[in-house]
Amino acid sequence: MADFETPELFKHIHIPKPVPGAMESVGPFIAKPDHQTALGFPAELVDNWEQKAVDAMGEAVKKYRGLAVFLDSCVKCGACTDKCHYYLGSSDPKNMPVARQDLFRSVYRKYHTPAGKFLSKLGLEWLIGAKTMDKSVLDDWYNYYHQCSECRRCSVYCPYGIDTAEITMAARDVMAQIGQGMKYSNEIIAKVYKIGNNLGLPEPALADTLEGLEEDIEDETGVKVELPLDRKGCDILLITPSADFFAEPHVDGLMGYAKVFHEAGVSWTISSKASEAANFGLFIGNYDNMRKISLRIREAAIDLGVKRIVYGECGHAWRVGYSFLNTLAGPFDFLDQNYPIPQHICEFTHDLIKKDKLKFDPSENDWMTLTFHDSCNVARGSRMGDKAGGQFTIPRDIIKTVCNNFVDMAPETIGEGTYCCGGGGGLLTDDLMAVRVKGAMPRMTALTNVVKEDGVTHMAAICAICKSQFSKVLPYYNLGMDMIVSVHQLVSNAIILTGQESEKGEPETAESKPE
Amino acid sequence: MALEVNGKSYEVDEEGYLANLNEWDKDVAGALAASDDAELTDSHWEVINFLREYYEEYQIAPAVRVLTKAIGKRLGKEKGNSKYLYELFPYGPAKQACKYAGLPKPTGCV
Repeated sequence: MADFETPELFKHIHIPKPVPGAMESVGPFIAKPDHQTALGFPAELVDNWEQKAVDAMGEAVKKYRGLAVFLDSCVKCGACTDKCHYYLGSSDPKNMPVARQDLFRSVYRKYHTPAGKFLSKLGLEWLIGAKTMDKSVLDDWYNYYHQCSECRRCSVYCPYGIDTAEITMAARDVMAQIGQGMKYSNEIIAKVYKIGNNLGLPEPALADTLEGLEEDIEDETGVKVELPLDRKGCDILLITPSADFFAEPHVDGLMGYAKVFHEAGVSWTISSKASEAANFGLFIGNYDNMRKISLRIREAAIDLGVKRIVYGECGHAWRVGYSFLNTLAGPFDFLDQNYPIPQHICEFTHDLIKKDKLKFDPSENDWMTLTFHDSCNVARGSRMGDKAGGQFTIPRDIIKTVCNNFVDMAPETIGEGTYCCGGGGGLLTDDLMAVRVKGAMPRMTALTNVVKEDGVTHMAAICAICKSQFSKVLPYYNLGMDMIVSVHQLVSNAIILTGQESEKGEPETAESKPE
Repeated sequence: MALEVNGKSYEVDEEGYLANLNEWDKDVAGALAASDDAELTDSHWEVINFLREYYEEYQIAPAVRVLTKAIGKRLGKEKGNSKYLYELFPYGPAKQACKYAGLPKPTGCV
């Protein structure tokens, strides 16, 4: 990993002067042949890839009409130029959303528009900013389309609603189809097909991990709370990111879901077949893979005979679940139609809170002052509850119920305009650490301000990627890696289980408590 | 890419993880650590040995919580926390300790 500079933080999010080429690089590691073929892509860069890329682009534009509209409608107004966290953190003008789109648009213009085709014959395509598909274009695509987290913040400010994420996805898909996919995402998808989850956690390891968590909860509370695996005939199938089984603070959130299900008196199970909520098919922009990954959830729900599907804390999974699951893997007519299909764990917990079915001691979280990071895919790609904006109010309502100290970050940095954590969209890999650290600058600015002004000690999130990304990048900005917590970790700390031995037990997160 | 140890060449991936888990031995572990400018003490070995055992049984590295619990049980409660593990493996116990143990890098949202 090359050395890089962590951006300096200013009082307000600083808009830098463009530094051309600041983030020029070879991009992330290229997928190995095995990881390409497992996903149905050619093992390596094919012969005549230039033409094949142009053809694949033509197909994408025909298939996804939104993409064609996005490519045709930009008027270069500049509203998006200062909206991308990667531009703000890196100063590279190719990270301005319009410039990122133009990497793809310029090729589209040459081969797929009447003006481009005509002017190309005269050698005048440059008049309309059209470009030939060649190695330098591919290199730029590979590098800069892996400096976009598909967070869609720019689309909020675009007067035409152009969604750069769709263009990034299309470009990545074209690259994978000509044999140049990305290692991180493709290796992970191959593991999902082979083992069932992103981590490659086999069923016996999963069973052992869940058993260990049951012991931990019983040690802490004296109550036997189950975390069942592959149990047939349950009410609920929990689909959660495999990071919830593996990493911290994710696992503390998983224990929170288990406690909520326990108190709700519902039966539930995890599936070893669909032991992953994440769907990296979205990140690589490939419909067939996204569908194949989604179908595991349908199969698991049918095999286990459940009535409902609940999603754990995973940002992009919830976008796929909320927005696309029915068309990808539906119809879900075999599930109980009285509940949302699927339902988010926050909706589930929030409903119980509203019905006064859960007991809490929020003072268990008094040693913290919380803020909440809206995850991009939840904020801009989905919703929760039955009111517009529920994806913003529901998690905050939960936090405020279980914690006494809560402060929001600056309004332009949360809600619909939330800044990405910097690690989303398939960029959560060590070979992109410079991109991740720089892209976190806007969120780190907003967070540092509430730390200094309001005494915020912790930031909660409902996305596995956000949690892992923050625990890695916080130290670069002189903040503690354990500042990031799961929303259901806070629930877990405060919930009083029926029959709990001591209502004032040791907090579950004792180890991360400041000494 | 390759790592040279005692005159023998070992294949490693772009990030320095050993390609073939069966080729691992103590000298290789030391060389993998040395390539990160790290030195393996007895405390590191306690963790690495546990990782190897767990991998042998489950074909995956243990979850962070499983690891901290096991280390706490074996070596005393004061060592059974992620703070202790991060002191030993500052790049993260899951990734760095796996590397020295010759195990594949954990993938996913971790």
